[in-house]
Amino acid sequence: MSALVRGYEVVIGLETHAQLSTASKIFSGASTAFGAAPNTQACAVDLALPGTLPVMNRGAVERAIQFGLAVGAKIAPLSIFARKNYFYPDLPKGYQISQYEIPVVQGGTVDIAVGEHRKTVRLTRAHLEEDAGKSLHEEVHGMTGIDLNRAGTPLLEIVSEPDMRSSAEAVAYARELHKTVVWLGICDGNMQEGSFRCDANVSVRKPGAPFGTRREIKNLNSFKFLQQAIDFEVQWQIDRLEDGLPIEQATVLFNPDSGETRAMRSKEDAHDYRYFPDPDLPPLVIAPEWVERARREMPELPGAMAARFERDDGLSAYDASMMTQSLAFARYYETARDGSKQPKLVANWLMGELSKRLNTQGRDLGDSPVAPTTLAALIARVADGTVSNSGARQVFDALWSGEGTDVDGLIAAKGLKQLNDTGAMEKIVDEVIAANAKSVEEYRAGKGKAFNALVGQVMKASKGQANPAQASELLKKKLGAP
Amino acid sequence: MTALHHEGVAALGRALASRQVSSVEVVSHLLGRIEAHRALGTFLHLDAGRALEVARSIDERRARGESLAPLAGVPIAHKDIFVTKGAPSTAGSKMLAGYESPFDATVVSRLAQAGCVSLGKLNCDEFAMGSSNENSAFGPVRNPWDTGRVPGGSSGGSAAAVAARLLPAATGTDTGGSIRQPASFSGITGIKPTYGVCSRWGMVAFASSLDQAGPLARSAEDCALLLSAMSGFDERDATSAQRPPQDFDAQMRARRTGASASKPLAGLRIGLPREFFPAALAADVGATVRAALAAFEGLGATLVDVSLPRTELSIPVYYIIAPAEASSNLGRFDGVRYGHRAAKYVDLLDMYKKSRAEGFGPEVKRRIMIGTYVLSHGYYDAYYLQAQKLRRMIADDFRQCFTQCDVIAGPVAPTVAWKLGAQDDDPVAAYLADIFTLPASLAGLPGMSVPAGFGEGGMPVGLQLIGNYFAEGELLRAAHAFQQATDFHARVPEGFQ
Repeated sequence: MSALVRGYEVVIGLETHAQLSTASKIFSGASTAFGAAPNTQACAVDLALPGTLPVMNRGAVERAIQFGLAVGAKIAPLSIFARKNYFYPDLPKGYQISQYEIPVVQGGTVDIAVGEHRKTVRLTRAHLEEDAGKSLHEEVHGMTGIDLNRAGTPLLEIVSEPDMRSSAEAVAYARELHKTVVWLGICDGNMQEGSFRCDANVSVRKPGAPFGTRREIKNLNSFKFLQQAIDFEVQWQIDRLEDGLPIEQATVLFNPDSGETRAMRSKEDAHDYRYFPDPDLPPLVIAPEWVERARREMPELPGAMAARFERDDGLSAYDASMMTQSLAFARYYETARDGSKQPKLVANWLMGELSKRLNTQGRDLGDSPVAPTTLAALIARVADGTVSNSGARQVFDALWSGEGTDVDGLIAAKGLKQLNDTGAMEKIVDEVIAANAKSVEEYRAGKGKAFNALVGQVMKASKGQANPAQASELLKKKLGAP
Repeated sequence: MTALHHEGVAALGRALASRQVSSVEVVSHLLGRIEAHRALGTFLHLDAGRALEVARSIDERRARGESLAPLAGVPIAHKDIFVTKGAPSTAGSKMLAGYESPFDATVVSRLAQAGCVSLGKLNCDEFAMGSSNENSAFGPVRNPWDTGRVPGGSSGGSAAAVAARLLPAATGTDTGGSIRQPASFSGITGIKPTYGVCSRWGMVAFASSLDQAGPLARSAEDCALLLSAMSGFDERDATSAQRPPQDFDAQMRARRTGASASKPLAGLRIGLPREFFPAALAADVGATVRAALAAFEGLGATLVDVSLPRTELSIPVYYIIAPAEASSNLGRFDGVRYGHRAAKYVDLLDMYKKSRAEGFGPEVKRRIMIGTYVLSHGYYDAYYLQAQKLRRMIADDFRQCFTQCDVIAGPVAPTVAWKLGAQDDDPVAAYLADIFTLPASLAGLPGMSVPAGFGEGGMPVGLQLIGNYFAEGELLRAAHAFQQATDFHARVPEGFQ
């Protein structure tokens, strides 16, 4: 879908930082929990006190391995930690420990879809590194405060090839990556807290021309900003080119308030990071057994799970992909399916009633007031005819608003139990036929509407407890063909 | 017993264990000597109060009949490269003047657990960069054999204090010779173990791939006892060697197969690299080393000619790799969180520049600049990468040698200790003088300096022994046999009797 923008092709590559969900930091024992008072989660190693040394957190490596396996990448049997040297007050050692020449994850692909358009984005690499601390420019009177709680938090930097051709593709890629890391449980995916953030390398060119000069938009921490920033940047670059001005390689920042990007530093100010292998850390050696152990501990991946739902549960391909939109969704589906034995009904309820309410209220599935076992109980009652679909929606309302969690109790309390007793139904139908001679005449004269009126009368006479399907069937039987 | 200050670690340990003397007596005696010889400049921080307190508690435990470690009550002191809780840790730099570490280095805590009583912190070249101890921000150290000369460096305070009988032993660190060379210049015994034997946790880093801790003492026997206590795997250092605790004293005493009382070194093949005996080697050093080697032959060893063809190249290789690592390791001294910060600055960049310009001495700045240069874009391949390749080749040369011999021997340094100030205008001359200690450092091999006699001006000359990986026991055994047959290690500089 390389739709041209004002005659230009847009080229985008993303560098994504996913914070790995380890309890302690990548090279020290300090906690990684978010939101603690400044500098209370920074130990001697994080503060880079003289004499301290880094020791690799194996949990971070395991998470990197699992990511690599999920995207079909090569897990490097040997990778190297390198030092990226630069001075900044929130970088305590004067260097960041990262991976440079030999990263732990090499290659891999991510499949994306924008509407009906599908494509495969290639990954260059993913490497382990430590996060820096934070400079607090606003909160300390006239000075800059340094909070080193975040210093040393493990990151997986995932680098894509410049394979995306629109901001929509970039967002689809970022969403897919986000889904993958959250699905694997290697990242909490919390974008507001910075657990998942993107840098976008953007350039434009005339179709068929070599790549244009790129500018890198740093630190985009929402999908919306990612889209807005790229869209603005693309227009800005095209304006420049149309005015006959060159694009200079630069690092730019996106201002969410103005919706604009602005250069932070140009290539001339670019740091010489003086990368070299970190002599404090031996090469990271990953034996095949370690890879296998990490693989065994991985959850089933969405593709495999969707195929299973199609095969074993008889879901359509669309429904199966919807049920695997996140691991939480899939787990919810499976629990409700097992409780009700009604895969298709469960899928319909999840995509319909439940998603609608979650979306309206902006809630996550994890916050759903209706537990999957409760929904299963309700769906079972729909399936066995105890309650009609419209009755079930009323019960769901009650469940959602916290009126109770006992499905049968709510059906009874609200008088929503359908009349499934054939004898009682026949009596009502007979009475309705007797009392509505005019409608019966019209029906027999071929007016379809009259039949609906009769069904309505049966429902009314039963105080809504008749099963409408059963009522129609009985009416037809007794009235004969129109 | 002779005067307390002449007793070594082993003898003091025995005397303390048998309660012939108390730790408080030994510590008090040495504190008096240290005060009397302040002019040597060995101590940067003397911790008399705490030392006496620790000594007293050890004496009390011993009096109660508790069984104590063999080093319990033995006084030592630490090179100020090791960080220590409750005392300043300066690394010989103005940058860290007054800095106190919230934790002890592993070497420091292990020696404390073994019962050693630390008397304080010893002077050294700034960030362990130097070979004369003249690069300390807190003044030079003087050589007890001639106070007009340098004691060697960078562990100059450690070497001079042990040579002057202010301490039976001290810790040191060796990156390119900083234990062996001052031991040689000061007439004492020192060993740098295989890279990874001692934990680097708590050592202020100079060049991480080369830095190793080790003891400086008066004999191989004393070094063995200290090394056993200070070494061992440490999970806080990812480059620490994963192996069980070693008893170097037992290894030193283990008899070689085929050895006899008169030929304790029978069967030992000592390799003499021809590159360690160049024409430019000072005549006094060459003659002393050859005489010592003849004594080794007398003890049953055989001398074998070997070659380390890249010996000269070890100088440029080392002076690329060590400064490269140092330039990065010293990045943390930015005035932001601890250490020296300039009093006046206009902005962040100015603060960095002024704090570092004021906090670091000239040799440290020189190495930061060299290191930054060799790592920079466009020069990395030609310098750093090339140096790494040569480093591997130097290690291969040693591997080749060790197929022909068990240990390698030669001089520690091309000359005896020079006069204070003699190399002020020529830093490169000092770099060149590291030629014999650098190869083992680059290869990560254990190296030792053993007093071998005296040269020009009556100054001590050290013999260097280099072993294969983890062959500290072999080195200590050879040195011990030599010291049983000679008394160079027992000589005391005049004025320090």
